[in-house]
Amino acid sequence: MVERLLGRHGAVEDHRDDPVSAVWAHVQQARNLKRPHTLELLKAMADEFIELHGDRLFGDDTAIVAGLARIAGRRIVVVGFQKGQDTEENIRRNFGLPHPDGYRKAMRVMDLAERFSMPILTFVDVQGAFPGAAAEERGIAEAIAKSVGLMTRLRTPIVVVITGEGGSGGALGLAVGDTIIALENSIYSVISPEGCATILWRSGEQSHEAATAMKVTAGEQQELGIVDIVIPEPGDGAHTDPVETARRIKEVVLERLDVLGRMTIDELVEARFQKFRVMGPYVVADRPTPPQERASITDRLRGLLSTRPSMPSMPGGGHDVPPGREEV
Amino acid sequence: MPVRLPFRPRRDAYPPDLWTKCPGCAEMLFNKQLDKTLRVCPHCGHHFRISARMRVEQLVDQGSFVERDADLAPVDTLGFVDLKSYPDRLLAAQLSTGLRDAAVWGVAAMGGKRISLCVMDFFFIGGSMGSVVGEKVARAGEAAVAERIPLLIVSSSGGARMQEGTYSLMQLVKTMSVVERVKAARVPFISVMTDPTTGGVFASFAVVGDVNLAEPNALIRFAGDRVSAGTIGEELPPGYARAEFWISHGFVDRIVARAKLRDEIVSLLGFLIAPINGPTEPAPNPTSRPRAFFSALTGALSPDSNGESHPADTAAPRGGTTNG
Ligand SMILES: [Zn+2]
Repeated sequence: MVERLLGRHGAVEDHRDDPVSAVWAHVQQARNLKRPHTLELLKAMADEFIELHGDRLFGDDTAIVAGLARIAGRRIVVVGFQKGQDTEENIRRNFGLPHPDGYRKAMRVMDLAERFSMPILTFVDVQGAFPGAAAEERGIAEAIAKSVGLMTRLRTPIVVVITGEGGSGGALGLAVGDTIIALENSIYSVISPEGCATILWRSGEQSHEAATAMKVTAGEQQELGIVDIVIPEPGDGAHTDPVETARRIKEVVLERLDVLGRMTIDELVEARFQKFRVMGPYVVADRPTPPQERASITDRLRGLLSTRPSMPSMPGGGHDVPPGREEV
Repeated sequence: MPVRLPFRPRRDAYPPDLWTKCPGCAEMLFNKQLDKTLRVCPHCGHHFRISARMRVEQLVDQGSFVERDADLAPVDTLGFVDLKSYPDRLLAAQLSTGLRDAAVWGVAAMGGKRISLCVMDFFFIGGSMGSVVGEKVARAGEAAVAERIPLLIVSSSGGARMQEGTYSLMQLVKTMSVVERVKAARVPFISVMTDPTTGGVFASFAVVGDVNLAEPNALIRFAGDRVSAGTIGEELPPGYARAEFWISHGFVDRIVARAKLRDEIVSLLGFLIAPINGPTEPAPNPTSRPRAFFSALTGALSPDSNGESHPADTAAPRGGTTNG
């Protein structure tokens, strides 16, 4: 796992004929630590950046950076995840895995954006929130929930750019906005492919299949309506030309801020609310639901045979954990 | 003590439809007796997981629950297949629980007070939150705002449902956006966390109740064991991330045994009362940028500037990120 955190993935597999391998190559590309992160992108995009530190509650999380940027002459609040590009920086930045302090710093600085009429730009590239006790016991769940909630109602435009890994709730904590942009080789998922494989396939070996099944690539996420705009990457990927990558992001972000800036704040906030309010398809039954149409007779019989009374008695021995849960 | 049935072969001594072994103390418990104690072990206090329907029955005034949107059903947009297909998993869960998805919501009365209630069902794919569960939580919240009645959510969930991919992740946003409106409207929200409340359910509506209650020993955590162990190889102490742990870390207000849960909620509802005329200062959608700027400042500096006497935390719900 440390190998993965350090971005050592071994040779990229030949994926020309195999869709699962192609998806996995995409995942590896998204995780390439040489990709530009928030500070590298800002260096290329911003005329000025004043980083602000600390959550005013506990500390300063180095895995999330936040501050005031001037981009093309505009005042913009920027918040983003910061992985390191080498081992030393990665250790300093906790491998880009944020604690609650990071999200609380982000909220503090995003609040400045609302109060001083600046739009918000976030850069998302994170495997997930730090999964250890230090984050859990200080309320990583609460920090993410509050940050998501804040971003749904902030009265200023928010543009989100997923630049690498959009990893689960940890990513979502900075990924609520009016426009969701993704770099071509980025991914977005409800759980890491490894975590999904461990739970659903009962083996981490199936991470490639899990990534494929979850439709994690930027293009697929756009088709699902989660991502609004996909920005093509230069050359063999963002890491081969960070400056050109930043230029392309800058162009799209400024264009989006223009569009969003023409809306009244009420329209903007209501549109953002509606955008997420309608996400996630469901059907109203009485029409037959797809599951019932697809199931074979044997499946139905098997299901019927396993029918329990509405109050099933628990098998002894603690936790039964049906598949289908998310762990990060 | 369990009643021992004489003269019967050992393997038939405890037919599983009549007896349940307590995972807390290993006693064999007679199911009918267990139902009378609200599915709590009379020997050790172990709280068994219960279905959404049983939870509703235990909490609300008898016969007062009117379910809404029971016809919402999930769809397999991704065509998700792991060891089984998602439609197969759904069908099995639907047949075994009698539910279309892992949450039930409706309006009911508790102690004579009308509430909006949403209850999750762990027996339906681990209570996982996909689009239907998120939608039901959101509708429960919206009904609470529309009718100005308290919102009560009882969570029992492993987190977001992987088979619906990022749509499930987006349910965190959907539910939180509605909870923010509940709070802005000054409608009370009581969150009850039962075993287990983990992942994306803990990291959205469940953790942000005006009052957070938890059942004894309920597992409540964001990151799962396998994720923690796999990523950082950390040893976790016994009792880690149980309800009592969250009392000492400040994210749960009270641990309430199931037998007292109903009365405790009724008591809380006697204090947390939505103002009849709704929010005074923070209209949910004030009009312009200058006003947002101005009211955020006045909200922060002078919560009572509108002449109302009320706590600062309800006066400035928009800009306030005070405790993050
Ligand atoms: Zn017991």
